[in-house]
Amino acid sequence: MTRPNWLRIERREALTPWVVFSVSFAAIVAALLAAGIFFKGYGVSPVRAYGLIVSGALGNKVGLAETVRRTIPLLLCGVGLTIAFRALFWNIGAEGQLLVGAMAAAGVALFVPLPEVLRLPAMLVAGFIGGGLWALLPAFLKVKLGVNDVISTLMLNYIAAFVMQYLIQGPWKGPTARGFAYTDKFPSSAILARIPGTPIHWLTLILGVVAAVIAFIWVARTRQGFEIRVVGENPDAARYAGISQAKVILVAMLVSGGLAGLAGVGEAAGIHRMLLAPVKLSAGYGYTAIIVAWLARRNPLAVIVTSLLFGVIMAGGDVIKVTLGLPFQLVNVFNGLILFFLIGSEIFMRYKVSIVWRRS
Amino acid sequence: MSWQSWVISTFAFMLSYGTPLLLATLGEIFAERAGVLNLGIEGMMIMGAYSAFVTAYVTGNPWFGVLVAGAVGCGFSIIHAVASITLRANQVVSGLALTLLGLGLSGVLGRPWGGRPLPNTLPEITIPGLSKIPILGPSLFEGHSLLVYIAILLVPVLWYVLFRTRIGITIRSVGEDPATADSLGVSVSRVRYLSVAFGGLLAGVAGGYLSVSYYPAWTEGLTGGMGWIVVALTIFAFWNPGMGLLGSFLFAALYHLSFRLQPWVAPELLRALPYLFAILVLAFVSRGTLQRKAGAPSALTIPYTRGQD
Repeated sequence: MTRPNWLRIERREALTPWVVFSVSFAAIVAALLAAGIFFKGYGVSPVRAYGLIVSGALGNKVGLAETVRRTIPLLLCGVGLTIAFRALFWNIGAEGQLLVGAMAAAGVALFVPLPEVLRLPAMLVAGFIGGGLWALLPAFLKVKLGVNDVISTLMLNYIAAFVMQYLIQGPWKGPTARGFAYTDKFPSSAILARIPGTPIHWLTLILGVVAAVIAFIWVARTRQGFEIRVVGENPDAARYAGISQAKVILVAMLVSGGLAGLAGVGEAAGIHRMLLAPVKLSAGYGYTAIIVAWLARRNPLAVIVTSLLFGVIMAGGDVIKVTLGLPFQLVNVFNGLILFFLIGSEIFMRYKVSIVWRRS
Repeated sequence: MSWQSWVISTFAFMLSYGTPLLLATLGEIFAERAGVLNLGIEGMMIMGAYSAFVTAYVTGNPWFGVLVAGAVGCGFSIIHAVASITLRANQVVSGLALTLLGLGLSGVLGRPWGGRPLPNTLPEITIPGLSKIPILGPSLFEGHSLLVYIAILLVPVLWYVLFRTRIGITIRSVGEDPATADSLGVSVSRVRYLSVAFGGLLAGVAGGYLSVSYYPAWTEGLTGGMGWIVVALTIFAFWNPGMGLLGSFLFAALYHLSFRLQPWVAPELLRALPYLFAILVLAFVSRGTLQRKAGAPSALTIPYTRGQD
């Protein structure tokens, strides 16, 4: 490759957190600038639109609550995904794992006879197990048969959504739902408490933050976490060290899917208080969480920050929909652009690119 | 329904639903043969579908719509090429980003176009002579658009290009051993760009076929996961155009036959079947190939930089 001699590209010796942060930040700003074209296209000044998004999502109590509400599922799914991605398992299936978690919780809420105090804990456990088992399926297929993980996890998203659709239109359709496709309302013992006046189901929020901290310690400080990292970074070394790649992938996926399942419990029991159409239950949280985990550079602790950022974007999407009449789908355009600029920017983390004014 | 009409409807569906799968699979085979996994097919297809519909609606010419769809798919794929080839970004994530972008963009731009019937669709042709054959005639040689047959004709052509010409050898060498290809004077990045662009072109055309011939209409998310089926079919096909044809049509036929289960299985569950098929088929072809990587191009998903491995 010929390179103009005014451009100098050097490999970076070490990757400092400062470089990661500043390059990521610049990438997001660049993506937002690029997305500004769409606002222009709709005849809205980008400055005004971004102003509305920030003030709408962070500037008042209602917006802030909405931001946190969106952050909760992104946080839980995102933390799980960092673990799967660490083991180099491409879990694109958090969306389906979330839905299965919601279905498991709804099943316990509506049909399992339990003492009232035990109902919520049982739902959380069922959600974690449901999401975890749904994630174990592609892990098994990969480990035993070598089935491509991207495809299997993605396909399982569709399957989960159709199964859920089937349940709410068929056997689980609520007698009181009057022809609508959803289940009955959960009994009060099956509803996650909210911070009064907000849609924030705080228990799930706390679980998310705790999960981020535990996952961070797990990956960084324990033997099993070490094994996950070795398998992901250097599979050959893992083999020589006698680390079972299969076991590592299975454990990582169980946790990854389980956390997504918890996010599903939160949406079902904390927000909607019933099981309804999959597209209504989850606004694509499982997919957005992929960007959340990637932006966090697969660091579970950093997910707390990145999930909040995407919480702002999603809440901001609601704001521009309501105040400017723009389609909520713009959020997906944003997300796609941000993801592109992020991965495109990684070359600046690996290499130092500078412009040389003096010809050599 | 008599068994004749049953066979006819299955074969007819095999061609009409299998064609977009085939077109996009052929394209993805070329991209992956050159070493670039493009998971953005769903995004390129839906952008193709959107642009074909709008073009056909506005100009009244559905063929022009298909052409524009190919151009848009091609242009869209270049984004992935820049990210994954020039900037050496992770191909899995870049492809996902492309799909996300395509779904979002087509959703935003396509909002005013939903629910309108398309006045001019691709004409359905009847092949003289062949259409008189009992059962096969009315199912395979009548009532399909020319694009269906173009797609089928592409199979031997692309097989020949890939396995019997210099261009094909170059593409495969770049996907198998880019360092050697480079040392022989092949521009790895140029070959990869062109292969990805060709894949994007065919994915765009596949999407265009859906919106100006198969449905023909525009709805948000109309590709409904077809692009992901294509990624699975590419693996099933062992990166071979001939197997791509077999896989696409077999898949379409199985999908159609699954509707026979309607009296016993709920419609929502039937709609989940294609995705289940895709997993089962992959499980079947991947058996025991963990070590051999199922014949995938050796350098697939690995960015190339001269002088480092």
